[in-house]
Formats: sequence, C-alpha cells, structure tokens
Amino acid sequence: MTRHTLSVLVEDKPGVLARVAGLFSRRGFNIESLAVGRTEYPDISRMTIVVSVDELPLEQVTKQLNKLINVIKIVELEPSASVQRQLVLIKVRADATVRSQVLETVQLFRAKVVDVSPEAVTIEATGTSEKLDALLRMLEPYGLREIVQSGMVAIGRGARSITATAVR
Amino acid sequence: MVFGIPGGTILPAYDPLLDSTKVRHILVRHEQGAGHAATGYAQATGKVGVCMATSGPGATNLVTPLADANMDSVPVVAITGQQSRPLIGTDAFQEADICGITMPITKHNVLVTDAAEIPRAIAEAFHIASTGRPGPVLVDIPKDVLQEQTSFSWPPEMRLPGYRPTTRPHGKQVREAAKLIVNARKPVLYVGGGVIKADAHAELLRLAEDTGIPVVTTLMARGAFPDSHDQHLGMPGMHGTVAAVAAMQRSDLLIALGARFDDRVTGQLNSFAPDAQVIHADIDPAEISKNRRADVPIVGDCKEIITELIEAVRTERETAKAVDLSPWWTTLKSLRETFPLGYDWPEDGTLSPQYVIERIGSLSPADTIYTAGVGQHQMWAAQFVKYEHPRTWINSGGLGTMGFAVPAAMGIKAGVPDTTVWAIDGDGCFQMTNQELATCAIEGLPVKIAVINNGNLGMVRQWQTLFYGERYSNTDLGTHKHRIPDFKLLAEALGCVGLRAESREEVDEVIQKALEINDRPVVVDFVVGKDAQVWPMVAAGTGNSEIMAARGIRPLFDEDL
Repeated sequence: MTRHTLSVLVEDKPGVLARVAGLFSRRGFNIESLAVGRTEYPDISRMTIVVSVDELPLEQVTKQLNKLINVIKIVELEPSASVQRQLVLIKVRADATVRSQVLETVQLFRAKVVDVSPEAVTIEATGTSEKLDALLRMLEPYGLREIVQSGMVAIGRGARSITATAVR
Repeated sequence: MVFGIPGGTILPAYDPLLDSTKVRHILVRHEQGAGHAATGYAQATGKVGVCMATSGPGATNLVTPLADANMDSVPVVAITGQQSRPLIGTDAFQEADICGITMPITKHNVLVTDAAEIPRAIAEAFHIASTGRPGPVLVDIPKDVLQEQTSFSWPPEMRLPGYRPTTRPHGKQVREAAKLIVNARKPVLYVGGGVIKADAHAELLRLAEDTGIPVVTTLMARGAFPDSHDQHLGMPGMHGTVAAVAAMQRSDLLIALGARFDDRVTGQLNSFAPDAQVIHADIDPAEISKNRRADVPIVGDCKEIITELIEAVRTERETAKAVDLSPWWTTLKSLRETFPLGYDWPEDGTLSPQYVIERIGSLSPADTIYTAGVGQHQMWAAQFVKYEHPRTWINSGGLGTMGFAVPAAMGIKAGVPDTTVWAIDGDGCFQMTNQELATCAIEGLPVKIAVINNGNLGMVRQWQTLFYGERYSNTDLGTHKHRIPDFKLLAEALGCVGLRAESREEVDEVIQKALEINDRPVVVDFVVGKDAQVWPMVAAGTGNSEIMAARGIRPLFDEDL
C-alpha cells in the first residue's frame, strides 16, 4: 500500500466532515491524517486527507467522494510536486542538566521553544512527517511528556491554484 | 402526489395540505409503506416519488425504503419533520438525527435551518433526486422553521457547485467501443436498469437489431428489451437462464449498459466472463471499473450513449469487415433450446407456484405492471412473466426488501390508475406490509395481490434444503399448518376481496375473477407446494460456469460446449 495525499475542496456546510469521514470508514479505509480549514473563498473549505491505500481502491474512493454533493473538487498531491507540512507540539523533560542538549536538538531541526518551565520545555516544530519523526526520535531519550500533532496540510508547487480552477 | 403520515413536528406542513388542490396526499398506515409507495410511483411514472413523515420514529421508519431506493437508483424525495432548532441535540421527544442516520443510504440529505431556505432545499432535492444517477434525497425541516413566516419565490436559484453529472458521452470512447463491437465474435449486450431509467429502450432495440448481438436483461432491466424478441436470452445471474449466463461467461465482449456488475450477476468475480473485454457505459463514473475493470469506459446518459453508439457502429461498419456472428448464435441457440426455463409439478400433488405466476402473466392485459416482494416468488415472477415493455416490472433488486410488493403496488396504481397492477407476493413478505391494503381500499387504489403462499420463507428454505442439510430452522410460518392468518379473511377485513385457489383447476378461474374486480383491491391466496425451488441457480460464492440448470446438473461445467 502506498500513501496518498488528497486535497478535497468542499462546501462549508454542516455535516460535510461527517459525510467525508463516514465514506472512508464505510468503504473500509483508514484515514492516517486529516486537516480541515478555510480557503481564500469564504464558502469553501479544504480538507487534506492522507490515506494508505492501493491505486485501484483509491480510484474508487475518490470517485465515491466526488459523488458527495458538497464535494467540489479532489486533487491528489504528489509529494514531489507539493509542499507538505505538519505541526507538532512536544513537551519534553529538560531540567538544568540536559536543557542545553535539548536546545541544541531544537536548533538542529529549526524548531523553536514556545514554553519553558524548570523541568520541561515545549517545542513547536513543523515539517514533513519524516522530519517530525526524526525529531521525536532524537528527543525521546530525554523523556517525552506529551505530544500533540496536527493533520498534514499540503499545497501544490508552482503558480497554479486548485481553488481558482474549481470555482471558475 | 405525496405518501405520508403526519405527526407532531411535521404538522405545520400538513395543515395547508388540507386546502391544496394540486397535491394529493395519500395517508398510509406505516411510513415504510409511504417510502415504498413513492418508489413504486417513481418507477412506474419516471417522475420523482415523494413521501413525508414526522420526526423520530416516523423518520426512522423511512430508513428501509430510502436504502432500497438508493440501491435501485430511484428518484425519491423524503420530507421529514424535525424537532425545533433549540431542542436539537437535547434528546427531545421524537428527536432522531435522521440526516446522520440516512447519510450512507441517500444520494443526499439536508437539514434546513432557515425558513427562507425551504424553497431552495426542496428544488435542489428534486433536481438531485431526478438527475444524474437518480436516488433518494431527504429534506429534514425543524418544526419552528416550518412555523416561520418568510417570503416565497419560485423557482429559487439552485446552488450546487459540486454537482455536475456528465450526460454527454465522450466521442472518442464511443468510437473505441464501436470498434470493439464490430470486431467481436462473441459479443453480449448486458443491459441493466439504467437503460429503463434513461428511457433508452427504443435505442437499445435499434442497436441490438443493427448489430445482431444477443441481449441479456438483469433483474432491474426486465422489460427494457422485449422477452419475445429472438435476440433476447433472458435474465443473467444467480437465477438467470443458462443461455444468458453462458453467453456472458463465454463472451469476448461485454457491452454493459446501465448495469453495475452486481455480485448476483457476476457470481465469483475472478472467474466471471474470463475472456471478455468490457465496454462499460454508465452515468455514474464510480460504477465503472468498481467490480470489473472496463477496457472502454463511457460515462454518460444511456440514451445519449446508445444513440451515439448506433451511429458510430454504422460508420465503423463502412470500413471494417463484418464479423459473422452465426457460430456464436448457434452455440447460444443450442443452449437456449436444451435448457429452457421450466419447472416440474410438485410430486405431492400440490399447486405449482411457477404455474400460478405463469398464468397470471398470460391472462392479464399486455400493459399490466408487476411488482414483487423478495424471494422465490420474485425470481419466478422475473422468469415466468413475459415482459415486453419497460416499467412493467418493478421490484426491489439491490437491497432485497421483503415487504416491498404491497406498498409499491399502491404507489404504482396511484401513478398509473388505468393500468392493471399485480403484486406477486410471498406469504412471508405479505405479512410485513399488508396493512397498506387498508390504504388502497380507502383511497380507491384497486391493486391485485397474488400471495404465493407456500407456508414458508421459501428462498431461505430452499437454501436450507440445498446447503444446510434440510434442517429447516425457523422458516415454517404456519400459514399452511394453522392457516394463521387466513389471507382470505384478512383481505376482507382490510376492505379487499379475498379469493383462494388450491388446485390447478381453480387457478385460471380466480385470476379471471380478480381481473374483473376493479372497484376494490383483490387478494388471492394461492396455496402452493412448499418444496418448489428456483432454478437455474448459481450457488453463492461459486463461479457462473458452475450454474446448475437443476439440482446437480451443471451444463457448462460438466460438458465442454
């Protein structure tokens, strides 16, 4: 199975998330990551959905998604032709003895510290899931107290806009 | 025409109905009846069927007919009352999240939260239900929204940016299809219900006669092509004819028109039509290559597709050398003659259910519309009634809803009042929804019900006979043993004429009598043998090549034709 990133433009209406999520579960697909947010058009929202699925079932689920009345457009974003980012907040144990080492790791990953207390620091990092996984692996020996991660968001490279062509 | 039952939250919508001269409301006895009636009405007339119910249990009783209409792509609009906006989400009396519940079983649904939006919601519901691949749409309206004052203008502007069904087929795909068609040696036209929904039967006839290609019509497509036509091989699938199943199985080109390669047609998918290329024409792109990969996909309306195909085939013919289909026809005709549809009379001297159904088909007027419940009687009705016209066979194909027949017949009769309507029902099915006969009697809908009463859940019993060592767990309904209920008396209690036939001699007589009664519904209790079985049969989970013409006889498997 391969990982696919779908960008789904939907009407901003109540229940749309339930419709989309329900369709995935009903047809036996597991959503790895999901992010929903606004677009440059007030009545259109954008969902970024990451699923691990083979080519053929993906085609079927995409067609079924397209049948939802509130779904306007679906585009698959290839990793090579898009920018994909996730955000993670990590609360890691960092007392005086190890704090400088933790901060060094933070710098290496171009992450930043957003909160400090005597025993722990909270780190904010963005990047691809691979980069964030690597950061987490580096921090793990110090003791990860709490992690919260956003869904993946992605946008195609270059000047073209998928929303602009969708509303035309 | 609306079928429904009022209740607390839908009351504000019912009040003005009292004064309406345009909308006829038929007060049913159960919301499920309203839903199936709307489905029957829609399939008989080609128009949108409408049902209405109150919130909570009223709405949840619509779940089965909505799922049914969704599986069979029937244009139905359901309007339900909902608890007032401030009460939504509080577990209020008769509150049910019907939009949430029906999300997977409707084409679309919507909760209207502003009275000004009602006209648009209704207009969009009718538009969505009836265009593209048809289907049910539910509009849920809270009571306080129904009670608001608003300004009304018609027609409202529809806003559906995500809904643009493709109806015009792609010219290049049509030409590709035509190329395959003129070069195929063993082609088959695999016709589904979409051809009837697109009103494309005339075009289909032309395409078939132009090309000489054999035709099979699925359970949903019976009537799309005349049964009397020499090119018709009958119904394919689990209980299809040997010739139809064999034709598909050995075909080198399946031309699927408005069909969806349902498991009941294909049998075991990986051994289905192993040598066939596939042209798949359907209005729903999601159906194409869902179960079987299509070599030439064509998305569009079947009427437009077939019209263009006819032209493209003619053009293609001008240059291509004609392929002789006669060897193919020789094989198929031989199969058709060797394994015609048939039945044996029960050894115990009881009445044959197939005979009863065959006689109903023979004695009734040519334009009679038939509906059925689900089970053995349904399959026999699909096999032994001869269908010549579209929209004369209306049944529950995809969902397989027992209890469909009586309410569907009611809706059909309401839609085409001057046509004879027969519901071929089973004694199990009939006991699920017969309360609507009271509606039929009071509303002046003289339907005819043939209860093929074998005292059992017949199809389940057949499977128990074949696959469960004749262990009949919970399939005897007691309608023979105890004559409970007595269908003749039950019919009379519901304001119908009750008749009964128990022997071969009585059959024609009661059918004639039933056909003569047109002021009231008629129920005929045909007491038939319990051991009759539906044949041919492709056992569930096996491949179509293992079709049994009768128990133990596998014509395609045993001999190499």
